Amino acid sequence: MSPARGSTYDCIVVGGGHNGLVCATYLARGGRSVLLLEAAEQLGGAAVTREFAPGFSVSACAHLLHLMPAALRRELDLARHGLTLAGDDVPSTALDTDGRHLTFGPRDPGGLRARAQADADSYAAWQAQLQRLAGALHPVLSTTPPRLGNASWRDRATLLGLGLGVRRLGRRDMRELLRIGAMCVHDLLEEHFDLPLLKGALALDAVLGSNLGPRSPGTVMSLLYRAAATRGAEVLQQPRGGLGALSAALAGAARAAGVEIRTGAAVARISVREDRAAGVVLATGEEIAAGTVVSNADPKTTFLKLLGSEHLDAGFVRRVAQLRARGVAAKVHLALERLPEFPGLGAAALRGRLLVAPSSDYIERAYNHSKYGEFSTAPMLEVTVPSMADAGLAPPGAHVMSVIVQYAPHTITGGWDAQRERFTAAVIDTLAAYAPGLRASIRASELLTPADIEQQFRISGGHWHHAELALDQFFMVRPVAGAAQYHAPVRGVFLCGAGCHPGGGVMGLAGRNAARQVLREAA
Amino acid sequence: MLTESEPHYRQPLRKTPFHERARALSQLDSFIPWSGYTTVDVFTSVEQEYFAIRNAASLYDLTPMVKYRVAGPDALRFLNRLMTRDMRKLTPGKVAYTVWCNDEGHLIDDGTVFCLAPHEYRVCTAEWQLDWFRASAIGFDVELREITEEVAALAVQGPTSCRLLRLAGVAGIERLKPFEHGGFELAADPAAARAAVPIMVSRTGFTGDLGYELWMQPQDAEAVWDALMEVGRTRAVRPIGSRALNIARIEAGFILPKADFVSAEHTLYLGTERSPLELGLAWLVDFHKGHFTGRRALLEEQRRGPRRLLVGLDVEGTKPAHNALLYTERSGRREAGSVTSATWSPTCKRNLALALVDASCSATGSEVWADIYLNRELVWERRMVRARVVERPFFAPTRRRATPPADY
Repeated sequence: MSPARGSTYDCIVVGGGHNGLVCATYLARGGRSVLLLEAAEQLGGAAVTREFAPGFSVSACAHLLHLMPAALRRELDLARHGLTLAGDDVPSTALDTDGRHLTFGPRDPGGLRARAQADADSYAAWQAQLQRLAGALHPVLSTTPPRLGNASWRDRATLLGLGLGVRRLGRRDMRELLRIGAMCVHDLLEEHFDLPLLKGALALDAVLGSNLGPRSPGTVMSLLYRAAATRGAEVLQQPRGGLGALSAALAGAARAAGVEIRTGAAVARISVREDRAAGVVLATGEEIAAGTVVSNADPKTTFLKLLGSEHLDAGFVRRVAQLRARGVAAKVHLALERLPEFPGLGAAALRGRLLVAPSSDYIERAYNHSKYGEFSTAPMLEVTVPSMADAGLAPPGAHVMSVIVQYAPHTITGGWDAQRERFTAAVIDTLAAYAPGLRASIRASELLTPADIEQQFRISGGHWHHAELALDQFFMVRPVAGAAQYHAPVRGVFLCGAGCHPGGGVMGLAGRNAARQVLREAA
Repeated sequence: MLTESEPHYRQPLRKTPFHERARALSQLDSFIPWSGYTTVDVFTSVEQEYFAIRNAASLYDLTPMVKYRVAGPDALRFLNRLMTRDMRKLTPGKVAYTVWCNDEGHLIDDGTVFCLAPHEYRVCTAEWQLDWFRASAIGFDVELREITEEVAALAVQGPTSCRLLRLAGVAGIERLKPFEHGGFELAADPAAARAAVPIMVSRTGFTGDLGYELWMQPQDAEAVWDALMEVGRTRAVRPIGSRALNIARIEAGFILPKADFVSAEHTLYLGTERSPLELGLAWLVDFHKGHFTGRRALLEEQRRGPRRLLVGLDVEGTKPAHNALLYTERSGRREAGSVTSATWSPTCKRNLALALVDASCSATGSEVWADIYLNRELVWERRMVRARVVERPFFAPTRRRATPPADY
């Protein structure tokens, strides 16, 4: 590309993560000329598949797809753009050190009935209620959060609609929603279940990717929120080729819609003239003009680095600087010479996810260490063996293991360089308690700490959701008051990443909501 | 400075470097707290002190004025984004009066900015600002430090103030123009066994009269005070307290925090914040200099037009309209606003007030009615008095700007 080119665009999307790609596609479909700029050579942001050892590839961050609504996938026609599934509706297995593992799914208590009859009964009621509440909250996710104290008919209609949705739940569920909304998931699980193994597994979903423990207030909200994306009918899926294949399909949809994509094009700053967006300046010095700039970067990067304090009010900048965005989820990737053997576990279970969270207290203890810049030698793990269903990810006969590890503090006492080996060893030791032969089969390993994720994927704090997904950074105040409607205080600058409502988790709704807002405001 | 050992409520008020001198001259022993210091409210009589400001020269200890050092490569960018005025026009040797606002365009404080060198400034404020300044410094390479205790400050105000300083040996002071500052020297005095004292002098003040503010090291404070009192012995120079200064500042039309507005950082009730446009400070707001905090909110307010405005009132009669509610008609049926500061002006011989009134009553010449409560020998009376909106400042003698000043 020559810097001298004269073409300008209606919209520039900064960052080609999944939300950036989704947003660009909808903008192009809305009739805008769109240029998408990605700093890395590979599209997808953190949703990429990378080779971490010769012949071994793995999804770099999230390893399962479960939040992206079916409607969004249909609208984007991802199947036509090459997205296929290697695993669909895969089960979850809560690993037990005594080998009495518990395999279950959202609609299937699985082995629960044999272990605890009462819990199996409660589980059905639990799922039903989760589904009802999630159904009521579902529309929230696709909505531009309304502004408070604002007279616009749209904002009023939104508030009214959300209120009606909750009202339709009926008295009992509405009361229950109000009661549990700000509770911690540990207490709620105590009310419903006895089996520590089950409570640990359910608590895991409430805290996965968050800097929260099961006893942190608001963790019921994060559970409901996760459920809301799929109306409580969560299906765990494994894209063939890893999450990178999803990004490739999203890129295909974007190109088909007419989006021009440039990779290896790092944006240094968003240029502002007369208090409105004028385009971007690349790290190379190249300037590209556009009246609308949509940032897929996290809020801190967008406001503090790309825009700069100079163009923003001091109170707003303080809110952005104080945004809680410290990731605690690390990734460990293992290249295995052979399929690991988990005594007591069948091959079918290995196609799903394995959970090391034997109790809610176990998770909370693991969390405790991270509060003080340390890590627990008994971490919480979400494990998949993606090569089981997708043989292309590893050499013949060999396998890859993908492990999400919590809690890994972003800033660790002594620095990550000094702790990497010990951390990886603790993860392998924890796994070896369930798969004794594992250690001997490891050919290579990779560790991505939150600090690595921050650096490699350009996410401030290395947080999967760009900003902690908690009640104080939720909906109308996500990422911060003054930027919750996708537009920045500077006219023509928008956010479309996970830092906006409704957050990350490879959902894609932030990107779609942002595109709709851009099209609405310009209209 | 608060010490670790004592809780804040047991800490005594601090004494300024002029305290011993002030206490020796204080007849009434009337001290009041100001930013953690104890300072003089009245020395002898408010009237005598006031007339020293207008007819001779006065000394006023303004050490408690909160001072910050702002330095670093981004100091100018930082200040330009913080303040409503265009700080790029402030060159070394110059002082600017300015205000700063929060995101909503509500006033946080007013103060003066001294440009000492291209990357070094001093900001003087009425109230502590470090929290807001630090928030404003996010993203700027700038060093902020409170230096209130490191700098003693003395205002020398009044028609003979230039002459007084010259008599004390401050050579070249007559060439200093309004809103300029510079380094000077109080000449050595062998008779008083005093070596030369370096001082910084700015031609600034809160009286609307000819006057200067002297900035010095705390250990030099008493020598400066003594020298000025000595040469002023035969020239009716007086130390003054805050009460006399308050009359002068109302005559000059200057606003005072906690009297005419409450900092938006301190308001508790919604709607009690004030914008610079409401306070008649639109001339301090430069919408064309680039972004500053509150700009978008102020642009919107300007487009809408401020709902109320701070105006000067000329009130009939001689009774100051302290705290008076204002009405559009004598019947008192519809409120028009309220008085924020009031005084009988001995120099203008007018009954003056600053008042916040509805925009509809803010035009010069508009008439409002002030509901004044009078205590006459312990009997309360109520008077509905006519008041007219007039131009500010009420008192603006040409001598305040003359350079060189008249040589009395």
